[in-house]
Amino acid sequence: MLKQGIAAISSSLSKGEISSVEITQAYLDQISRHNNDLNAYITVTAEQALAQAATADKIRSAGNAGVFTGVPIAHKDIFCTTGVKTSCGSRMLDNFIAPYNATVVEKLLASGAVMLGKTNMDEFAMGSSNETSYYGPVKNPWNRSLVPGGSSGGSAAAVAGHLCPAATATDTGGSIRQPASFCGLTGIKPTYGRVSRWGMIAFASSLDQAGTLTHSAEDSAIMLNIMAGFDPKDSTSVDLPVPDYCATLNKPLAGLRIGIPRQHFAEGLKPEVETQIRAALHEFEKLGATIKEISLENNHYSVAAYYVIAPAEASANLARYDGVRFGYRCAKPVDLEDLYKRSRAEGFGAEVKRRIMVGTYALSAGYYDAYYIKAQKVRRLIKNDFERALNEVDVIMGPTSPHTAFPLGSKTKDPVAMYLEDIYTIAVNLAGLPGISIPAGLVNGLPIGLQIVGRDFDEAKLLNIAHMFQQATDWHKQTPGA
Amino acid sequence: MEWETVIGLEVHVQLATASKLFSGTSTRFGAEPNTQANVFDLALPGTLPVLNGKAVEMAVKFGLAVGAQINRKSVFDRKNYFYPDLPKGYQTSQLDHPTVGKGTLTITMEDGSTRTIGITRAHMEEDAGKSLHEEFPTDTGIDLNRAGTPLLEIVSEPELRNAKEAVAYLKKLHSLIVYLGISDGDMSQGSMRCDANVSVRPKGESKFGTRAEIKNINSFRFVEKAINIEVARQIDILEDGGKIVQETRLYDAVKNETRSMRSKEVANDYRYFPEPDLLPVVIDEAFIARIKATLPELPDIKSQRFQSQYGLSPYDANVLAADLHVAAYFEEVAAGCGDAKLSANWVMGDLQAYLNKAEIDISKSPIASTALANLVSRIVDNTISSKIAKAVFEAMLNGEGSADEIIAAKGLKQVTDTGAIEKVVDAVIAANPKQVEQYRAGGEKVFAFFVGQVMKESRGKANPVQVNEILLDKLTAK
Repeated sequence: MLKQGIAAISSSLSKGEISSVEITQAYLDQISRHNNDLNAYITVTAEQALAQAATADKIRSAGNAGVFTGVPIAHKDIFCTTGVKTSCGSRMLDNFIAPYNATVVEKLLASGAVMLGKTNMDEFAMGSSNETSYYGPVKNPWNRSLVPGGSSGGSAAAVAGHLCPAATATDTGGSIRQPASFCGLTGIKPTYGRVSRWGMIAFASSLDQAGTLTHSAEDSAIMLNIMAGFDPKDSTSVDLPVPDYCATLNKPLAGLRIGIPRQHFAEGLKPEVETQIRAALHEFEKLGATIKEISLENNHYSVAAYYVIAPAEASANLARYDGVRFGYRCAKPVDLEDLYKRSRAEGFGAEVKRRIMVGTYALSAGYYDAYYIKAQKVRRLIKNDFERALNEVDVIMGPTSPHTAFPLGSKTKDPVAMYLEDIYTIAVNLAGLPGISIPAGLVNGLPIGLQIVGRDFDEAKLLNIAHMFQQATDWHKQTPGA
Repeated sequence: MEWETVIGLEVHVQLATASKLFSGTSTRFGAEPNTQANVFDLALPGTLPVLNGKAVEMAVKFGLAVGAQINRKSVFDRKNYFYPDLPKGYQTSQLDHPTVGKGTLTITMEDGSTRTIGITRAHMEEDAGKSLHEEFPTDTGIDLNRAGTPLLEIVSEPELRNAKEAVAYLKKLHSLIVYLGISDGDMSQGSMRCDANVSVRPKGESKFGTRAEIKNINSFRFVEKAINIEVARQIDILEDGGKIVQETRLYDAVKNETRSMRSKEVANDYRYFPEPDLLPVVIDEAFIARIKATLPELPDIKSQRFQSQYGLSPYDANVLAADLHVAAYFEEVAAGCGDAKLSANWVMGDLQAYLNKAEIDISKSPIASTALANLVSRIVDNTISSKIAKAVFEAMLNGEGSADEIIAAKGLKQVTDTGAIEKVVDAVIAANPKQVEQYRAGGEKVFAFFVGQVMKESRGKANPVQVNEILLDKLTAK
């Protein structure tokens, strides 16, 4: 049962094969056995989870259950949860208990989902290996000496390690898709504005988007059905109707036009990964799709543009952590300046400080035009590239990451190498487009991911394509050996 | 050397919305500290701003009233700086794309001359909270009730040439925002705050001198004093061969001086960039048309109407029209008594004198417009004289009742019965033969003595016009 996803658990619950309390307890047991090792959770809310499960069972026996009623999940610790610590992976918020629920949390709660706990993450979602967390690195369930990817590494390890059947996550430059690739999961980053950001702690406001990490496209569809939609509390959320993502999962793919960007199959891509990706593409041809090479001319600027825009926004977003109203405050400040300086020096980790400094610099008088404005222009060009390409093809496919999960500690000394981790994913955030990563093979026993990028608000199509691939293959059913 | 003063004003007007610029919290003044601060106002992680549509309506209303360009697309920006009463670590404001563009404001000076002053722009921004120092001997308290309150910052062109013009500009602006209902205009509660950019240059010079910005001058009187003292300071420095430093200065009303703020404050790099949590504000023609339809009759138009409709002098019409509540009060009195000029005199004269002395706003006047109309009506219908009316007015202020009640209770009704007045006149003439002789010998000044005596005998109730006529008649007739 523990190797199942949402759809299977929901079905077992509705058939009465298992109760929510039982499945919740089973996951809690699994967490107590393996979390010390994986470090996937920062906070486990056992008592609350069992109470929610008992309520869900009552609702089910009263005949009022929905598809999610009683299904346990985990939330990335970036989503505010009433009465439960929300740390964002930072010492700065180690003592922060939110007085309100994020909209994503609220919607899933209302759907009857049971919250098992809050998952580990890179500090303030800044990282690609889950090694910047104040709570220590997360281990990859496929091989404990490897990173799970980041920043949603805790959610990915929890799902891949069967410490929960599915988890929420967020993606600013690849933080859902890259961990999905490294951990053999389905991870979707919806279109910017599709899911509310209210209660989701901001890293880079114009890029952040909430999504899911699951075992299958079907599970992602079930979750997204609940999470997506306009929220009057988030002015950047989009007021468009939400389609039933489950309804179109089985649409045949005949006639699907797939574009593969030349730039994503160039230098840097590991040949073994390329082989697997090409095999996956061939699978789509068998399903009736046609493949065409396309060009994303400005792709090579995306990491540079991202590392101006994201830190610039972050430098302002993280100004509120000043030791005055909540969060970490240094001991015995002698005056205001000392309070600010030491609270922030002691409360933030090295990577967060690096990005605050980069962002502050990029916005400074005399540099603003050269960095921030230039980066925004590049962002527009990148978006134009995608728009042009998506006029010719329905979706764009390629590797999510150039390689499989790398060893813990191997890139922590080299920030630029770490930033290049998101080489294929980052442009998608800059363009605001939806992207999904699905398991597409194993290289030396480790999973690799295929990224599929669609037009604005084309999540239904991405899930449909992913689902049809998962009906034809079983890469998504592979689980870590031990 | 003769110097010319150059002044530009930045006025922060607190918009009279029920809730804050980006959150649903109340903006009511005077609540217990931090009781009007929700999760967004406290800048808790994960919270997001939602723009208050009413604030946009008010900004556009102001723009239309000063004939300004309304920008179809305006953008909020983050202005970054650390301060304990700025919870997010940035203020959300509008830098390059304000909602309101160029407009004009016509000011009237005491001598009746007018000048048209350019308005550069007006933009929306949120207010900060307050740091409280007095109640805490060793610490600083933070009250975030005010944090996020919507402000409209109205920036003038550097076209004002002396302190009096600056005051006239501010008074006009004040009049306008109250008319428009976009602010209560209560300066004592900070609803209108002014920063003045002041510089001087040799008369005839076209280049501006180096300016100093005087911060937060919060009354018309202080604006005039602060500018005058700053102009004198700058001229002193220049005439001594010195140079003006571009800086921010604070006005100290107690010492009547301006002094430099720490240079650190000036050197701030605010690192503005577009607020990514908000979409650009897009304003369409229909929106503008809708706001236009809600514009009230504005002071200049009202003054014109007072002149044509009531035959008031331009001066009286301007004074009455300048304040929305005074204008409304005046029109109620005029309608109630039928004599607009007399109404204007009473409103601008006795009533305003009393209100000024008692520091009461006309909207809280102890004598309602209907009550004053009642009093003026009794002058119009000759029930009482203007002189008696002043006594009745005093009695009304003492709470002795309505004009009619006081006139009846004190028996102040004017005597208009010719026979009765003749009797009194005859008695006075009979009792003062010496004065009669004087008068008849050409001592016309004595006439006033007779009038006085008759009024005294009638206890002021005799109709003065009739008294004059009868006296003249009897004294000259033999």
